[in-house]
Amino acid sequence: MKPAKFDYVSPTTLEAAIEALVASNGEGKLLAGGQSLLPLLNFRMTRPAVLVDLNGIKGLSYIEERGGSIAIGALTRHRDLEHSPLVASKLPVMSAAMRHVAHLAIRNRGTIGGSLSHADPAAELPMLSMFYDARISIQGPEGRRTIAAEEFFVDALTNCLEPEDIVVEIEFPVLVHHGWAFEEVARRFGDFALASIAVSVRRGATGLEDARIAVMGVADTPLRLREAEEELVAMALDDESPKRFSEIVVSKISPNDDLHASGEYRKHLLAQLSKRALQTALAATGRMA
Amino acid sequence: MTNVSVTVNGERYDVSDVEPRMLFSDFLRDQLGLTGTHVGCEHGVCGACTVLVNGDSVRSCLMLAVQANGAEIVTVEGLGTPEELNVLQSQFREHHGLQCGYCTPGMLMTGEDMLRKYPLATDEDIREGLSGNLCRCTGYQNIVAAIRSAAAMRTEKKS
Repeated sequence: MKPAKFDYVSPTTLEAAIEALVASNGEGKLLAGGQSLLPLLNFRMTRPAVLVDLNGIKGLSYIEERGGSIAIGALTRHRDLEHSPLVASKLPVMSAAMRHVAHLAIRNRGTIGGSLSHADPAAELPMLSMFYDARISIQGPEGRRTIAAEEFFVDALTNCLEPEDIVVEIEFPVLVHHGWAFEEVARRFGDFALASIAVSVRRGATGLEDARIAVMGVADTPLRLREAEEELVAMALDDESPKRFSEIVVSKISPNDDLHASGEYRKHLLAQLSKRALQTALAATGRMA
Repeated sequence: MTNVSVTVNGERYDVSDVEPRMLFSDFLRDQLGLTGTHVGCEHGVCGACTVLVNGDSVRSCLMLAVQANGAEIVTVEGLGTPEELNVLQSQFREHHGLQCGYCTPGMLMTGEDMLRKYPLATDEDIREGLSGNLCRCTGYQNIVAAIRSAAAMRTEKKS
């Protein structure tokens, strides 16, 4: 199908883009990579009066080290994250996850700001922003503010952005870890995840000192499993650890049945992926049970 | 209405009064008459409409014509001619990498981008790269073989 009629503006500054959104009276939509928006337009599932194209705004595409963080401009394409040596060395879990982000042609176009703004519960970048405790900078008519990723995602395809807000930057604190893993299952490589987990562990004098766990595809938003992180750190490491870990992870989720998979199947997948992920992460610490 | 100036396969086109809602796929086919780019699903699932935009493979149904303003485009018409196929096209012919041909322009444009961006050391890499392109005839085996062969020829050329 073809999109319904809309007006198109291509501002060259953030301020002008926000003005255009304000002037649209809630009927405006932002266009970044367009890889989620264009299908919605083509199906006429969304019919904005005005499309505000952000691609003419300079200075929103960058990946740079800033103190202990990696700051990423909202218009940075998935392809740039996938091939960035800085991301590979400082945010290895993100680097590994990027090849699971859709398909080549979509990675060439899609942006990190667009992915977070669309807030698909089975998309990698929203999940990674929670995994890394990312801070999301948002510009609106009142100026700029920063929101923690965990506060940002509210529900499926729903976040805390107001209609006149624009995501401008995402800052990922670099995580100190000794082992990590990213695992995902999708119906077809690059499709949205049926289940996925990211795990990282930091070794202490005895056992683990710290752990991070985020999952997606199993709830209305990506989830950070903080309780499971504590339980993993407290766990004695032995041959049975991956199995016990998978039971802990699965006990924290209750996915619904939907068109793509039953809740039970998603649980089954996540259990298998959890086992595999912890094995990989622990093996890298040299403490493989 | 907006004006669109775009270079396609080395030729400059200036089209005035383009409706903002016109998809780039329709622009190529209906405004420029370049019907080599095929339209399949129109929501970014099948990959048939893939073209190169400033050197990167892009689904032309997920892009507005007005966004192509100032861009350098390559479509399947820009790869080779029936008399002189380019390397990838010739390998598609050699390995019987097509039957009905509907998905082929998208397969070729995706293949061109893959060959430039990835080492494609294994068939799994090739299949991963093709995961966004659907073919209902070939079962993919011969498309993978064609790209594998083109990748090998690329390596030979470099060394």
